[in-house]
Amino acid sequence: MSTILERPWVDVCALTDIPQRGARRIAGASGPIAVFRTGDDEVFALVDRCPHKQGPLSMGIVHGTSVTCPLHGRNVDLASGQLMGADAGQGCAPRIEVRVVGGRIELAAEALR
Amino acid sequence: MQNEAREKLIVIGNGMAGCRAVEEVLKRDPDRYEIVIFGAEPHVNYNRIMLSPVLAGEKRFAEIILNDQAWYTDNNITLHTSCAVTAIDTATRTVFAEGGVAERYDRLILATGSDAVRLPLPGADLQGVITFRDLSDVEAMVKASAIDGGRAVVIGGGLLGLEAAYGLARRGMKATVVHLLDILMERQVDASASHLLTEALKERGVETVLGAQSEEIVGRDGHVTALQLKDGRTLPCDIVVMAVGIRPNVRLAKVSGLAIARGIVVDDTMRTSDPAVFAVGECAEHRGQCYGLVAPIWEMCRALAGTLTGGDETYAGSVVSTRLKVSGVDVFSAGRFAGGDGCEDIVYRDAGRGVYKRIVLENGRIAGTVLFGDAVDGSWYFDLMRAGADVSDIRETLVFGQAATEGLRGLDPSAAVAAMADDAEVCGCNGICKGAITTAITAKKLTSLDSVRAVTKASASCGTCTPLVEKLLRLTAGDSVLEHKGPKPLCPCTHCGHGLVRKRIVEQGLQSIPAVMQAMEWTTPDGCASCRPALNYYLLCAWPGLYRDDAQSRFVNERVHANIQKDGTYSVVPRMWGGMTSSKELRAIADVVDRFNIPAVKVTGGQRIDLLGVHKEQLPAVWAELNAAGMVSGHAYGKALRTVKTCVGSEWCRFGTQDSTGLGVKLERLLWGSWTPAKVKLAVSGCPRNCAEATCKDIGVVCVDSGYEIHIGGAAGLHIKGTELLTKVRGERDTIEMIAAILQLYREEGFYLERVYKWMDRVGIASIAARVADDAAGRNALFERFMEAQRFSQDDPWAARAAGHDASEFQGLGAPLRVAAE
Ligand code: SRM
Ligand SMILES: Cc1cc2nc3c(=O)[nH]c(=O)nc-3n(C[C@H](O)[C@H](O)[C@H](O)COP(=O)(O)OP(=O)(O)OC[C@H]3O[C@@H](n4cnc5c(N)ncnc54)[C@H](O)[C@@H]3O)c2cc1C
Ligand code: SF4
Ligand code: FES
Repeated sequence: MSTILERPWVDVCALTDIPQRGARRIAGASGPIAVFRTGDDEVFALVDRCPHKQGPLSMGIVHGTSVTCPLHGRNVDLASGQLMGADAGQGCAPRIEVRVVGGRIELAAEALR
Repeated sequence: MQNEAREKLIVIGNGMAGCRAVEEVLKRDPDRYEIVIFGAEPHVNYNRIMLSPVLAGEKRFAEIILNDQAWYTDNNITLHTSCAVTAIDTATRTVFAEGGVAERYDRLILATGSDAVRLPLPGADLQGVITFRDLSDVEAMVKASAIDGGRAVVIGGGLLGLEAAYGLARRGMKATVVHLLDILMERQVDASASHLLTEALKERGVETVLGAQSEEIVGRDGHVTALQLKDGRTLPCDIVVMAVGIRPNVRLAKVSGLAIARGIVVDDTMRTSDPAVFAVGECAEHRGQCYGLVAPIWEMCRALAGTLTGGDETYAGSVVSTRLKVSGVDVFSAGRFAGGDGCEDIVYRDAGRGVYKRIVLENGRIAGTVLFGDAVDGSWYFDLMRAGADVSDIRETLVFGQAATEGLRGLDPSAAVAAMADDAEVCGCNGICKGAITTAITAKKLTSLDSVRAVTKASASCGTCTPLVEKLLRLTAGDSVLEHKGPKPLCPCTHCGHGLVRKRIVEQGLQSIPAVMQAMEWTTPDGCASCRPALNYYLLCAWPGLYRDDAQSRFVNERVHANIQKDGTYSVVPRMWGGMTSSKELRAIADVVDRFNIPAVKVTGGQRIDLLGVHKEQLPAVWAELNAAGMVSGHAYGKALRTVKTCVGSEWCRFGTQDSTGLGVKLERLLWGSWTPAKVKLAVSGCPRNCAEATCKDIGVVCVDSGYEIHIGGAAGLHIKGTELLTKVRGERDTIEMIAAILQLYREEGFYLERVYKWMDRVGIASIAARVADDAAGRNALFERFMEAQRFSQDDPWAARAAGHDASEFQGLGAPLRVAAE
């Protein structure tokens, strides 16, 4: 029983609830979480706070496996949460564990508690 | 105190030579002289050669100022503007100027420049006969070009005449150059280049009449109406620009008893026949030679400053080269370009690219060159020519330019540039050294010639140093920066420019973003935040009603129809048609503010009300309430029609000539909802007092008694830009149609994020006027296409979302559904 509860996942929505090249926002334990779906149906989740000035990444434009922050246009790598290009190494939006099971998106439970 | 000890240096002529001489003196010995400058013009010193781009509307006067007021103040220079010196008494060393000013000097510099030659034709004193020498001439030409469909004749097909004609054509005039000979710029180019030049000018709206002698300027009521040629032809026109040459301005020197020939005679130290008096610039004659270009002036000024500060620099005459400043037409010329006895020619042509190069060799050395269409190597040839270098060894590859020649011989073409000292001057016009350029490139991460020009001003005037600046850019920022010639790519995902992408979308019937990316070989899988919004707009514009808008390719503001704020909340701006509102609307706004606890309410700069700090989840409900009171989205967030500002107009105002408020409301009702390349703002003023600030809007209407003036191309943000008058229309209905047609043309041609004024700069107001103002059928077709597109875009995006469209965008993801375990 304890092994079962060790790594609990929380079902948050269907893959198709997020548009391709889009994102949705969900309340997390320490602030909002952005859940992204790429053009190839890969799914990523990051703390919804741009490393630059806390912009809401969930409202940016998603392209390839990166997102462009809506406030000042920095690019963030979805897989690592790191700023990219000229800003690389200048900060990172923490990653949230996420997986897709049978067309449903699940987040690591501790991120939501 | 200190002043009394100093010698007094007086300069007559506040122009390019006069001020440069002072700069050179200050550089060598800043405290030696008390300096006084007299200038006949009412301005500080500006870059005369840049009057051509000012005339063409490519630069503003403020951008061509060389020495601003602060320069005079900081260097303790007394400047008398609008104050011509009328006499010099060399015996008492005193100058007398207009207004009774008299000053004593220890040293005097004459830098009075040249006068434009006026042909003594009958009618030469009619109003509308203009020369091209100073800012007041440019102002006169700009004013004349405001006449709808105006025509200009330029007499003289030399450098100045062609630049004048090009500028006037850019300003919407029908410009014709009348030239005595069969070759344009015959002192700089040969027949082949002249032919190509004629063609290139034609493409830019400039007609040429060659081998034509002017006989008389015909006028009516004191104003010119036509130019009559010897062969009987008559060219009707509203202005005549005489650009037939310059004559050194020696009047003052002559009455003051100085030795003159064609110019004021000077020796190698720039001294005139009076030991305390010097002359520089176009007014001076050195070793029997007068010059009409700036490069020799810089050399003269260095020698003069040396003399004045006890140095031993002297002037030994200059070899000159010329470049034409007509956008997109590269012409370079130097030396004896036409060859002759004992000379041999190397000629290269590329019909496809419109390139013609001719290099004249004499005894294995370059004697002259003409380049048309590709003038990059001009300065290299010029340097070889001046140095008298033996080029027999590289004869085979010479015509292909420096890179090819030195590359083949295993030389590093950039070695010489790399070896230049940091304080070596690169741009003579603006006095910019190598160090200033390389520092700017590194510090500001510059990667294009344009950005270097903008930041340092280097290469931004006569263009002679452009190749050198390009080499510095390559050397400093890496080779790759300049490789891409031709239009700028839309973004790093593609090599194609905006124009090509727009064209292909229509020609190949591309109807989706992936289709464009495939057909045009995008290098990324699904683009980036720059190209996707652009493509989305281009497709929307090309296929109204067919293309399905891609929300994920829109910036968040346009996706959620509100402006994102720094804290992630949004602002809501309902439309207030033409700035009119009512108690009902105001009450509804007040109610919404109370009900949703909206923290801030602000009157915008666009005559409407902004509700700030609304949470994303609240947006649909806020909109529903505003909709219920009849209000729709103001598109304050969109690359779309924003506001139509109005003034009270004839309805209330004692000066109003037309119903400006009513017209503004009608325009906003017609145009709202349309998506555009960049935001579009309009304003309608009821009279020329212009209280609605119509002349700094993308499109502005100024009502007058006899109708409506339509102005375009204004903006008042990052750059402040006054509009230009496009046309005048009599009736309200026609005004509305004209404006819708302009907007449609812009929608179809503008590059994404290119505001109306930038589009206008790119295509030229003349081309816009030709298609909407002068072509009734074309205008009508544009109007119809606009109305067709509006059928699909004029529905309120707020209403749809208030009714549930795209709900998950606003709600976010709901509460977790179930707990899974592994
Ligand atoms: C709200 C307002 C300021 C105000 O409180 O008055 C405003 C607010 C913003 N302006 Fe503005 N501008 C506002 C009138 C103006 C005006 C005045 C006018 O329209 O008469 C100008 C100068 C006129 C012009 O556009 O030429 C103006 C020139 C700009 C510019 C510079 C544009 C340019 O091409 O140079 C920007 C930047 C841009 O668009 O890229 C800008 C951008 C912005 C943005 C959108 C910045 C942004 O991207 O977030 C601001 C949004 C704030 C918000 O969330 O509401 N705003 N802005 C005004 C809204 C007018 C409206 O009712 O729609
Ligand atoms: C439209 C245009 C384009 C040009 N393009 C180029 C180009 O591309 N490349 C190039 O090398 N050259 C170009 N030139 C030529 C270049 O501008 C001149 O060679 C240069 O300005 C000459 O400098 P200057 O100081 O001798 O004369 P100016 O710059 O004319 O200065 C003389 C000043 O003296 C003033 N003055 C005259 N008499 C008196 C008096 N009695 N009292 C007080 N003030 C007086 C005049 O008002 C004037 O302001 C161009 C010229 C024009 C007009
Ligand atoms: S000027 Fe415009 S963009 Fe700048 S802070 Fe004010 S509202 Fe924002
Ligand atoms: S907050 Fe994201 S780029 Fe500035």
